[in-house]
Amino acid sequence: MGQSMKSMQELEAIRERARKAMQVRQNQEGGPVISVAMGTCGIAKGARDVMMALVDEAAKRGLDSVVVTQSGCAGYCEHEPMIKVQLPHQDAVYYGSLDERKARDVVARHLVQGEIANDYVLQLPGGEPLA
Amino acid sequence: MSMHRSHILICSGSNCSHRQSRAVRSRLRQAITETGLEREFKVIETGCFGLCQQGPIMVIYPEGVHYCRVQADDIDEIVQTHLQKGRVVTRLLFKSGTEQSVELPKTAFYQKQKRVVLRNVGLIDPENIEESLARDGYQGLAKVLDTLSPEAVIAEVTNSGLQGRGGAGFPAGRKWEFTRKAPGDQKYVVCNADEGEPGTSKDRLILEGDPHTIIEGMAIAGYAVGATKGFIYIRGEYQLSLQRFRQAVAQAKEYGLLGQDILGSGFHFDIEVRSGAGAYVCGEETALLNSLEGKRGEPRYKPPFPANFGLWGKPTLINNVETLANIGPILIHGADWYRSIGSPECPGTKVFTLSGNIANRGLIEVPMGITLREIVEDIGGGIPNGRHFKMAQTGGTSGGCLAVQHLDLPVDIPHLAEVGSSLGSGALLVVDDSHCMVDLARVFLKFFAHESCGQCTPCREGTTLLKRLVDKIASGSGTAADIKAMRRLSTTMQMTSLCGLGQTVPTPVLTMLAYFNDEFMEHLDGGACATGVCRAAVKGVV
Ligand SMILES: Cc1cc2nc3c(=O)[nH]c(=O)nc-3n(C[C@H](O)[C@H](O)[C@H](O)COP(=O)(O)O)c2cc1C
Ligand code: FES
Repeated sequence: MGQSMKSMQELEAIRERARKAMQVRQNQEGGPVISVAMGTCGIAKGARDVMMALVDEAAKRGLDSVVVTQSGCAGYCEHEPMIKVQLPHQDAVYYGSLDERKARDVVARHLVQGEIANDYVLQLPGGEPLA
Repeated sequence: MSMHRSHILICSGSNCSHRQSRAVRSRLRQAITETGLEREFKVIETGCFGLCQQGPIMVIYPEGVHYCRVQADDIDEIVQTHLQKGRVVTRLLFKSGTEQSVELPKTAFYQKQKRVVLRNVGLIDPENIEESLARDGYQGLAKVLDTLSPEAVIAEVTNSGLQGRGGAGFPAGRKWEFTRKAPGDQKYVVCNADEGEPGTSKDRLILEGDPHTIIEGMAIAGYAVGATKGFIYIRGEYQLSLQRFRQAVAQAKEYGLLGQDILGSGFHFDIEVRSGAGAYVCGEETALLNSLEGKRGEPRYKPPFPANFGLWGKPTLINNVETLANIGPILIHGADWYRSIGSPECPGTKVFTLSGNIANRGLIEVPMGITLREIVEDIGGGIPNGRHFKMAQTGGTSGGCLAVQHLDLPVDIPHLAEVGSSLGSGALLVVDDSHCMVDLARVFLKFFAHESCGQCTPCREGTTLLKRLVDKIASGSGTAADIKAMRRLSTTMQMTSLCGLGQTVPTPVLTMLAYFNDEFMEHLDGGACATGVCRAAVKGVV
């Protein structure tokens, strides 16, 4: 909604709000990215809800620069829904068998606190985390 | 706050609208609702991406994937493959020759461009003022009102070296200064958006894609010259420009960025939107002023210039759309920044409408001083259909016709003047070797004979006489004396015509005679037209 601005401070405040609403369109290269595997298997197991939970949680926590995107099936269908969290200058971390609650938890722990949520990290058959 | 994870932008520029971008948009909105994805994806209309020829264009963020030639029938696949599964629909990606690209900004078409005027076009929703604000819209105005005197604003514009982009290339800062210094308590700012030049649509696409940048430019100009009232004269056929601009003015008023006491600074400024009726001559500034006053759109004698005696006889600043679009960025980033773009004698960028026999037709913005070859070959993607470059006309119908030997010429105001051409209105027509120059001259002169307002004799009679002479040459019955007569007539028109119309008609004529002389010669005394175009075209004309 419009409001008649009467000062430079008001203009700055609206500008800040407008920037956040457009963040998705800015060049985010190098920023944090979460990609959600959206193969048929992932979708069937609730990947879309996981994604909406990630978006919602990131917004609630004011993580404006986080990009949530989607990728194709990664071939670990039994671990769906799975996501990849890529922070700048760090190795990518894969999480599997998520649901909405766990997804929110990943945002809180990995993106806010900067700690890998080990209990959800996707394990490969050999026991090594997929990285 | 909106939570949309992804924004989908669809071009609603007039070129894409002609290719059914509206139907694409409604189908997309419908499909998104049907699949329950409306919380995730937001569909936004935006302005021209420049690659109109490959339109309608769509871009999906945050990935930044661009799709070309999207039709309503493609929507189901885009939704199922991209929106639902995150996979790219390869067949809709940009392709030109051997190049294929997911993101348009990474294509050769974009790489040599520099976007100052078009910085927001194709990125924002032009109907939402907040998107303009997010991209620093009105920041120049805020800075000016907060920290600069009118004199300091004029000094900044003068130092930037910005020259008018409407055709004549007059230094903007000097014009502002004349208007400021002209005595008078009521002054006006007028934005010239008549854009009657055939093959030009840059002002239209700027207005459609980022109307707020023009409002900002006009308001800054008003503050600098001491005007509280502005008019914009938009060509009548430009319905979308008119609609968007009116809406933008209403939003700016609602937000307190136009009207009384803008941002608490004590400065008042208002804009009235007027539509023109489509005569070419009404783009000439004094004819435009007459038309705004409700009179016949005939040019006035100059001097007095509009800076002293303009709208209703009051001091009036008149600038082109593109000129005004540069003002905000100049005031935000400063004259030195502006001078760092383009060539030293001619700073900044130039927006061109690229048309004719060229692979990538559309809207481009390049730094001044780029060579014609870079525009034609790199950005334009070269001449299609196995043909060769023959001629490039810069500046619209009244611009000069350049030949192969000019391909490495830097494109800016002084270099084009050296070879008898001009930047004009920013039309760039590329012509391949299947065309005959004599035939083209006929087309141009027919246009001018029709558009001459008839007020002054040299232009009224001269355009018709020139047209008859070229018709005669095209028919094969011309002689060397006719070419001589064309030259003499052209010189007379340059020297004695009342306004820029008659004064610039000779520009294409003389450059054609200079650079394509052999082609004119071969038509004389019953000679043949090598391309075979003329004989077929003039049957029954002479
Ligand atoms: C026949 C004729 C048509 C013109 N058409 C336009 C036009 O459509 N748009 C425009 O901005 N200037 C046009 N001009 C140039 C204007 O007279 C004027 O120079 C210009 O609006 C000044 O703005 P600028 O200094 O920002 O370039 C035309 C001039 C002539 C002689
Ligand atoms: S109008 Fe759509 S790309 Fe130019």
